[in-house]
Amino acid sequence: MKKQLIALLFALVPFAAMAAPLPDMPHSMTPDLSDTASLQRGKQLYVNYCMVCHSLEHHRFARSAADLGIPQDLVEENLIFSSELAFNDQMHIAMQPGDSENWFGVAPPDLTLFSRLRGADYIYSYLLGFYRDPSQPLGVNNTVLEASAMPNVLEPLQGVQEMVCSESDRPLPGAELDPLTGKYQSCEVLQITRPGSMEPDEFEEAMYDLTNFLVYVGEPSKLQAQALAPKVLIFIFIFGVIAYLLKREYWRDIR
Amino acid sequence: MGNPNKAKAEKGLMRWVDDRFPATQMVQDHLTKYYAPRNFNFWYFFGSLALLVLVNQILTGVWLTMSYNPSAEGAFASVEYIMRDVEWGWLIRYMHSTGASAFFVVIYLHMFRGLLYGSYKAPRELVWIFGMAIYLLLMAEAFMGYLLPWGQMSYWGAQVIISLFATIPFIGPDLAQWIRGDFLISGITLNRFFALHVVALPIVILALVVLHLIALHEVGSNNPDGIDIKAKKDETGKPLDGIPFHPYYTVKDIVGVAVFLFVFAVVIFYFPEGGGYFLERPNFEPANPMVTPDHIAPVWYFTPFYAILRAITFNIGPLQAEFLGVLFMGGAIAILFVLPWLDRSPVRSMRYKGWMSKVMLTLFAISFVVLGILGAIPATGLRTAVAQLCTAIYFAFFLLMPIYTRLEKTKPVPERVTG
Repeated sequence: MKKQLIALLFALVPFAAMAAPLPDMPHSMTPDLSDTASLQRGKQLYVNYCMVCHSLEHHRFARSAADLGIPQDLVEENLIFSSELAFNDQMHIAMQPGDSENWFGVAPPDLTLFSRLRGADYIYSYLLGFYRDPSQPLGVNNTVLEASAMPNVLEPLQGVQEMVCSESDRPLPGAELDPLTGKYQSCEVLQITRPGSMEPDEFEEAMYDLTNFLVYVGEPSKLQAQALAPKVLIFIFIFGVIAYLLKREYWRDIR
Repeated sequence: MGNPNKAKAEKGLMRWVDDRFPATQMVQDHLTKYYAPRNFNFWYFFGSLALLVLVNQILTGVWLTMSYNPSAEGAFASVEYIMRDVEWGWLIRYMHSTGASAFFVVIYLHMFRGLLYGSYKAPRELVWIFGMAIYLLLMAEAFMGYLLPWGQMSYWGAQVIISLFATIPFIGPDLAQWIRGDFLISGITLNRFFALHVVALPIVILALVVLHLIALHEVGSNNPDGIDIKAKKDETGKPLDGIPFHPYYTVKDIVGVAVFLFVFAVVIFYFPEGGGYFLERPNFEPANPMVTPDHIAPVWYFTPFYAILRAITFNIGPLQAEFLGVLFMGGAIAILFVLPWLDRSPVRSMRYKGWMSKVMLTLFAISFVVLGILGAIPATGLRTAVAQLCTAIYFAFFLLMPIYTRLEKTKPVPERVTG
């Protein structure tokens, strides 16, 4: 029986090996749903910078307030800007899809499930990937989504980021090693050419918080699942041990 | 009153019931005096586990139905409503979505057990055929259930499968339209799939499960040795190698249930998406008839058959490759129904069959897994060639079975069950 169990586990290896295909991203981040402060900052950023255009149609203000420990009056005073929205409402936006399509060429997507659709790395890299590009209608482009229709609303925080040629002793993403100088050269290096209100590290942290919040919004039940799981698993384990002892007792008669 | 030979409780309430309904009789026939071989091994857990998952699907399904909205406008949002606003909705939904995959894991292992120990051979042909009918309906049930969340993969997966019917010569396009109830998949399709998924198919599946069990208990369970335990009985008429199903196998199966539930719970709590195989990423976007996803892959339990479908890239005579693919895919499932008549071996269990049977079963199992992997990833020239080879092996296992099971030399079968 043990041999068969092991054989079965090995048979499952190829399935585990071909994990879901997500393209590689320039930046990666590991979400941390236990970091409530990060999620709170992320929600604040989301409401202030993203929610003009991007709704969270399935997520209620009240849900994240409860999960992230934000008092109701604080949410109502600081995070709900529309007189038509109440604490228990979903995070709707006022912008009409028809209007936004006229203005941007495409209606900004609802982001409730975006982290589950594209993965956290995509969002994180996208947020860090804006750069000035005069050839684009809005003057900005993005390394993750070429010709993205989104204006860079985060520029006041990040500063002006441009794509420049640069060389470095350390490997740069997508850069080639120059055999003469021994340095890495690339003309696809993103560089802050005019500072914003945040330091680069500070901005990366802020984008981490924002991504973390969107990962949370994608599946708020994960917090409950993680809290409940150990209890259920311990219960099933103890149940299994008792069931096994019972089985052994009964089967004493056989053979 | 009644048949004097019938088992009856001695007194009290059960006596009163037994005079009116064969309750004690049924418990004895199916549990306490149903003699099962004493040498069941690991592979024999999956029948009772399939029953457990069936109950799980029905119970969680009933509760999902209470909050689900079967309309093109409301379906996607209602699933997220269940995930977020319904008390324990996320757990109920993950139990159902993970349960669907668990059902197929358990059923595939249960069927493999049948192949391994010849559980389909006489006198258990009907047990096998009822089981195959359950499997077939389960695939329909899973397919229709997958449309209900109304995500991108729900929509386009259904589009691909329904368009298979359209490849049938002459009647195909009309048939596909009849299934959809519309010119393309729409809220009308969603509504009829909902009706079939929650009412029609579960009723038929439940009825077939009852038939499967009645047929099994009529002929008795097979065992890893493939011996007929009823051939050797003691003076009271009990099989020498049989033990009452209850309590011996009920307590043993409960241990299996605990192990299963542990793994099941780990997936539900920590990996409900199953690495993108139980819940596919594109399904987190509402269905959009105007945008086709880059890569449409069916859920993992259909991928072996999907790979067979895609492996047929050539025409044969007047038959187009598309239709041939559908024929091969249908044939791959249909051929399982006649398996009891393909196996001409004098022995049931693989333990006593010859080397050819062992090699063929191993190749078959490997091909099935490889086809499953190939069906989940985009096709390339080399992959298609591998899929064609695996398809050939898949069919050879069945079509050559009457030959190799007769040619090969079998080992002598013991009188009594071993270990």
